[in-house]
Amino acid sequence: MPAVSKGDGMRGLAVFISDIRNCKSKEAEIKRINKELANIRSKFKGDKALDGYSKKKYVCKLLFIFLLGHDIDFGHMEAVNLLSSNRYTEKQIGYLFISVLVNSNSELIRLINNGIKNDLASRNPTFMNLALHCIANVGSREMAEAFTADIPKILVAGDTMDSVKQSAALCLLRLNRTSPDLVPMGEWTSRVVHLLNDQHLGVVTAATSLITTLAQKNPEEFKTSVSLAVSRLSRIVTSASTDLQDYTYYFVPAPWLSVKLLRLLQCYPPPEDGAVRGRLTECLETILNKAQEPPKSKKVQHSNAKNAVLFEAISLIIHHDSEPNLLVRACNQLGQFLQHRETNLRYLALESMCTLASSEFSHEAVKTHIETVINALKTERDVSVRQRAVDLLYAMCDRSNAQQIVAEMLNYLETADYSIREEIVLKVAILAEKYAVDYTWYVDTILNLIRIAGDYVSEEVWYRVIQIVINRDDVQGYSAKTVFEALQAPACHENLVKVGGYILGEFGNLIAGDPRSSPLIQFNLLHSKFHLCSVPTRALLLSTYIKFVNLFPEIKATIQDVLRSDSQLRNADVELQQRAVEYLRLSSIASTDILATVLEEMPPFPERESSILTKLKKKKGPGKVPDVEETKKERNSDMNGSTEPASVNSSAVTMSTPSTSTDLLGLGSAPVLNSVAPSSAGGSLLVDVFSDNSPAVASLAPSAEENFTSPRIGSTDVVSDDPAAAVHDADELVDKFVCKNNGVLFENQLMQIGLKSEFRQNLGRMYIFYGNKTSNQFQSFSTAVICQDALKTHILLHLFCIVDPAVDGGAQVQQILNIECVSDFMEAPILNIQFRYGGALQNMSVKLPITLNKFFQPTEMTSQDFFQRWKQLGAPQQEVQKIFKAKHPMDTEVTKAKIIGFGVALLDMVDPNPSNFTGAGVIHTKNIQVGCLLRLEPNTQAQMYRLTLRTSRETVSQRLCELLSEQF
Amino acid sequence: MMQFMLLFSRQGKLRLQKWYVPLSDKEKKKITRELVQTVLARKPKMCSFLEWRDLKIVYKRYASLYFCCAIEDQDNELITLEIIHRYVELLDKYFGSVCELDIIFNFEKAYFILDEFLLGGEAQETSKKNVLKAIEQADLLQEETETPRSVLEEIGLT
Repeated sequence: MPAVSKGDGMRGLAVFISDIRNCKSKEAEIKRINKELANIRSKFKGDKALDGYSKKKYVCKLLFIFLLGHDIDFGHMEAVNLLSSNRYTEKQIGYLFISVLVNSNSELIRLINNGIKNDLASRNPTFMNLALHCIANVGSREMAEAFTADIPKILVAGDTMDSVKQSAALCLLRLNRTSPDLVPMGEWTSRVVHLLNDQHLGVVTAATSLITTLAQKNPEEFKTSVSLAVSRLSRIVTSASTDLQDYTYYFVPAPWLSVKLLRLLQCYPPPEDGAVRGRLTECLETILNKAQEPPKSKKVQHSNAKNAVLFEAISLIIHHDSEPNLLVRACNQLGQFLQHRETNLRYLALESMCTLASSEFSHEAVKTHIETVINALKTERDVSVRQRAVDLLYAMCDRSNAQQIVAEMLNYLETADYSIREEIVLKVAILAEKYAVDYTWYVDTILNLIRIAGDYVSEEVWYRVIQIVINRDDVQGYSAKTVFEALQAPACHENLVKVGGYILGEFGNLIAGDPRSSPLIQFNLLHSKFHLCSVPTRALLLSTYIKFVNLFPEIKATIQDVLRSDSQLRNADVELQQRAVEYLRLSSIASTDILATVLEEMPPFPERESSILTKLKKKKGPGKVPDVEETKKERNSDMNGSTEPASVNSSAVTMSTPSTSTDLLGLGSAPVLNSVAPSSAGGSLLVDVFSDNSPAVASLAPSAEENFTSPRIGSTDVVSDDPAAAVHDADELVDKFVCKNNGVLFENQLMQIGLKSEFRQNLGRMYIFYGNKTSNQFQSFSTAVICQDALKTHILLHLFCIVDPAVDGGAQVQQILNIECVSDFMEAPILNIQFRYGGALQNMSVKLPITLNKFFQPTEMTSQDFFQRWKQLGAPQQEVQKIFKAKHPMDTEVTKAKIIGFGVALLDMVDPNPSNFTGAGVIHTKNIQVGCLLRLEPNTQAQMYRLTLRTSRETVSQRLCELLSEQF
Repeated sequence: MMQFMLLFSRQGKLRLQKWYVPLSDKEKKKITRELVQTVLARKPKMCSFLEWRDLKIVYKRYASLYFCCAIEDQDNELITLEIIHRYVELLDKYFGSVCELDIIFNFEKAYFILDEFLLGGEAQETSKKNVLKAIEQADLLQEETETPRSVLEEIGLT
């Protein structure tokens, strides 16, 4: 079939393409294109009506120009004309243009839809197919609205041609993906399932894809597909290679359909019906058996198709995770592939084995391949394959082989590609901790990590080693000795200085007896690194020095001299200067006893899950909200930790502002950590290992029991009636609390109402304080919280604590309100207070400042992630923008504080314009989580701001914009 | 589901692009640039699969042309490799020993064949005979309806 003689050789088009190909330079090409564009424009605008052929030719030229990478902004109308033509060849080009250059002009879409409608009704299968292809290619919402009702009918109608059925099935699949809410379920669904029995394998192939997508969303409705898929699969795998005629591909019967059927079965658990289950097991066994048979062809297509089915079958076996025999056979098969000469197969075998390793039935079988995998790590030439080998070693690691695997990974790390070093570091750190029997091994491993790949050792890793050393006294002396030795190296990584500084500051005394590591030698060793380090490390070292003053009184004078030197006391960095001044003062005036108390050894850290694990999970699972969530918390802790080194156990400092972020080492808020006795804190800290403020978490999650048993006193009840009439016009009051949680909510001559609140994820707790400002008693004092009907289903409130009906003059009473956010909301609940004062009934209502933004969790992200997400949230209804005049002086720091107070993470260096602010966070409600990005652009000259919010929910964007725009 | 398919030359020139997910033109260009660069940088013996963003890239080179598909995490790499091969076979059969030039000059045909084979990112018809039958029928319709052209048009002057 020679190409050029095919039907319509459009000479004009061929000549144009040749011209372009003959252009010697980019400029010449652009010139030729512009000439052609001008020509086409004039033809389209000209008075003379163009015949169909010319129109087709010009539209084709436009398409070609577009495919070269140029923008095309006209020709759509001509294309619509073509697709409405009765000539097949014109229609085809018209549809192609529309499919490739999708345009959202609504008038145009109306015309296109009209053309499609006519073709769908034409009963001409070729025309119907073109129309269906166009819908599947464009897949826009407008098309979904217009055609989702018709397509199922075409699909299941008895007289529809097979090829049309195929197109209709996949067309419906596409629409279901883009606008799932518009695709109606109904009577047709059961008939779609029966397409699995269709005689035409092409129809079955297309239908299986559709059913898989639908079954993922409504498994119950498509349950009957399981037995049909099994019997279809069984017929395929047992057929002789010639039975299926043209659906046999290089001697493999219907490989695409087999893969799709196996995929469909992965939407379901193993079949309950014994017969179906038996038949499926037979199929899977047959597929595994076939892998052992000699190949029917030497062609790679044969083995690829055969193995595609095999890998999909193994995926199903792993998904079911119920047949030990099949799991072990799968593992053995993959083991053979590990040494296959095809790189592709080795890659896939490593990948697939990773999932097998997590099944209890096959874990041991996977482990037998350890030598092969280690060898792959050493010899594979392709980094993506080596990456898979690392993943698999990690997955197969357990107590029995941890030492070997960790050693091999460390070995590999020395020469590993930069792109995967950080991940390997995290993996080694996790394995070393998880499987450490002997913690000296763990400490050695981490120090090795720092030595080999210090730049890739994140803070989570070195924080963790310190936590562990502090918590295990059997390893403290060894650690002190080891870090001391490691620090002898002339060039050691700054992370080692940090770990060394912290550990010697705590446990240097354990090795001070050895004259080779006397206090003065320890100090001199650390101080010799001081000048090479960054500010945070120096700050940490200063804290080490003050700890030395306590540990080693004999070198106090030397340390004081250092602290007193100009380079410390007058350091340009305010943090360093302050430390030097305070530590010097502390060492001079405090008695030995006070020093011993203040600089006491750090108490053990509460046991919590390794934060490194979270970091790894995050690296592995991009884009998922829960992961981002966790990352953000980790990052928070980084910020605190890195600026605040080994803290002073200052019991003198008793400010008890609760720490607002996780603090792995308690570095950020030592006073708080110390004030909580480890034993009592332990329980609540376990509630949530990543809690922002763990003691608060425990109290924030009222147990069901608490809800039931707490006394429901009539006067302190949450009622859901219509709001009381006289609401103190409180939007301003609410606005005042948008960016802060504590303060005075309301005040008049009689009383003051104060608030303290804390929020975490979708839960909150508000303490309400009522102060009687008079000298007389309030009588019959009662309160109620009222939710308007519109709000009732969106947040749940529970008010408790008994309030005595008599509130004495000058006294204060307190109530606690528990809040649960179910879904996003607009209104604020109302607090109603009634009491008698001097015989007169007082009744007042104020809005409670419970606003949607309180349920924010900040999310840190890079500039690249930010803009990628920003683009993803580009639909018009997702964005809300407001331009408004500044109500307050435009101070950068104040603005920053407000954005942080609003609840999002303030992202530095994200916006190319440094005066703009960007933020990101996730709103947590019980039902959904809504990611939110915001951007605030101040214009100081005009004293205006432009605020843009993008979230995945229109109502959320709206509400957040309203709330935040009132703040500046 | 396949998210997109790109055909490009060894020189990095894009010859065909098919997108099964809605993306902006700018995003498409960015993805294309990034992937063409990544794939061209890979050595011949390397494996045909790579992780890219949260997708899996499956590619194969035929003579001067690279065929590159992006599939989702649960999708099957090997069967995608054979999707590419079957598409090449279809082009080969239709054009008669296909070469890059055929695809450049008859890009619309390459699209029509692809639409018969894959739709919405899934295989629609895997039988070579059935796909080619559909295309041939269309070509026949084309010849029947073709109108005679002027001499000037025949020699490509308009």
